[in-house]
Amino acid sequence: MAARLGGALVLLALVALPPLLPKYHLEVLITVLFWAYLGIAWNLLGGYAGQFSFGHAAFFGIGAYTSTLLLLKSGLTPWLGMALGGALAATFGLFEGYLSFRYGLRGPYFSLVTLAFAEMLRVVAVNTKAVGSSLGLVVPTTRAEPIRFIFSGKLPYYYVILVMGVLALVLTWKIGRSRLGFSLAAVRENEDAAETAGVDALGTKLRAMALSSFLTALGGTFYAQYFAYIDPTITFGPSVSIGALLPAIVGGAGTVLGPVLGSFVLTPLSELTRYVLRGRAGADVMLYGAVLVLVISFLPQGIMGLVREHRMRQRP
Amino acid sequence: MTWGLLLQAVVSGLLLGGVYGLVACGLSLIFGVLRIINFAHGAVMMLAMYATYWLFVLAGVDPYLSVILTAPVFFLLGVAIQKIVIEPNRLAAEHNQLLLTLGLALFFENLALVLWQGDFRTVKVWYSSVSFTVGDALVEVPRLVASAGAVLMGLALFAFLRLTDVGKALRALAEEPEGAALVGINVGRIRAASFGLGSACVAVAGALITPFFYVAPDVAESFNIMAFVVVVLGGMGNFVGALAGGFIVGLAESLGAALLPGSLKQLVVFLIFVLVLLFRPQGLFGGVRGR
Repeated sequence: MAARLGGALVLLALVALPPLLPKYHLEVLITVLFWAYLGIAWNLLGGYAGQFSFGHAAFFGIGAYTSTLLLLKSGLTPWLGMALGGALAATFGLFEGYLSFRYGLRGPYFSLVTLAFAEMLRVVAVNTKAVGSSLGLVVPTTRAEPIRFIFSGKLPYYYVILVMGVLALVLTWKIGRSRLGFSLAAVRENEDAAETAGVDALGTKLRAMALSSFLTALGGTFYAQYFAYIDPTITFGPSVSIGALLPAIVGGAGTVLGPVLGSFVLTPLSELTRYVLRGRAGADVMLYGAVLVLVISFLPQGIMGLVREHRMRQRP
Repeated sequence: MTWGLLLQAVVSGLLLGGVYGLVACGLSLIFGVLRIINFAHGAVMMLAMYATYWLFVLAGVDPYLSVILTAPVFFLLGVAIQKIVIEPNRLAAEHNQLLLTLGLALFFENLALVLWQGDFRTVKVWYSSVSFTVGDALVEVPRLVASAGAVLMGLALFAFLRLTDVGKALRALAEEPEGAALVGINVGRIRAASFGLGSACVAVAGALITPFFYVAPDVAESFNIMAFVVVVLGGMGNFVGALAGGFIVGLAESLGAALLPGSLKQLVVFLIFVLVLLFRPQGLFGGVRGR
């Protein structure tokens, strides 16, 4: 009950307070929610299904490029382009997943395949003139057109990513309590045993893959519209893949709130480091590396693991 | 596409292949014993390249000569990484161990960025641009030295694994960890030795390429990914396979560069990677299924 009340209060604060925030703080909050959202999307596959993707940049890039190209070449609104990008990314995810799972790739081998697919898309994007090659694509934002996902000021973008995050969170929560959620947990804990018990492991993993890649692609469109610029390294490069898994791992993989907590800790930390060590490029990512090592060493279940332990101890 | 170009591509591929092979040998050694895919391997190589660079700039030490110093130092760095970071988490989930090495890679790479900025640095030695021709193909001497040196180092390591007690213990641990512990091998020490040796390998590879390759914080990222490809190709933990795989990937890359426009050569390498992972995860030369 207290937890629900707390959640409602936090949500209320997230809805009501941002208009009062100074511009810089609003930007940080958008970044927090953006990485939280990608973490939630990654978590469906990496946390719930236990399939450790190292290449979510592939889906992110497909989303960003699909909606942006449709906007630039045929004037289609990114609101629709977003859905098409998501569908395309889910198709690609199913293809990638089917190949990997069909041939029994597990653990680090699956991670390496996902990494390779993302890198392949990056190389293709760099070498394709039609998608702007390494110069990238610019989204025209001179005139605010809400119907085309172009707003003036940061606040509308904030509410867009907030809604996306909340919806993804609700979806995760629902899945966790559904039949699919139990199948996912079974496959993650022991795939062979799950199969023996009648769980369709391939289908379960593919469902997680499709959902996760679809949601990640929507994040790609958001990125393109918010920053108004994409290029192959930004969208298909390893930093997105790492950025998507970090909040989930630090917060607690396979938990509903893990990625959100992770991002609320990690992103401000990185912003702060960047601010304190201005002019020292790389200091914030260096800190990320150190935090990752420390979290894995001392909090292998992430922040949520700590919360769970605390609750266990309180019970009589 | 003329014969001359093709010959040049083959020569370049072979010269690159040896270095890939040595980098991959180190990675393979670590994987063989620890069962960890070491994402920090490239970062260790990058640090070794900076060490070589600074020894040259500050003390005038020749890059080849500096190996005498860097190899033992990076052996110790590898041992320290294993003892301090990896060993305490030995029983953690597989992907957590992978993330540990990823964290280390991020840390080292950005440490270099903070300390030395992103500028490209080069070591200019008198032999940097010495070359000769074979038929129509140009052979740059430092590349030849690097490739030959890498193969020699690989073979020396192979002999070490076959002939010495530590080497035999390493192989025992790779094949049967519990059995190795039961017959009285100090498994903790051997695990540290494997990470140390793997790091020393990649340090030597780094030193060998500095006379003709730039030094920058992200220089070894491509080598790291290439080493993954080579290791998978040669079979995870298969040492000779790694050396041979290095040449295959080197050739594939340079032939791809000659035949395809832009940087599409990388696509060839990744395609080989994915195909081998899917259809022969035990590697081209492995007999046992290595999943």
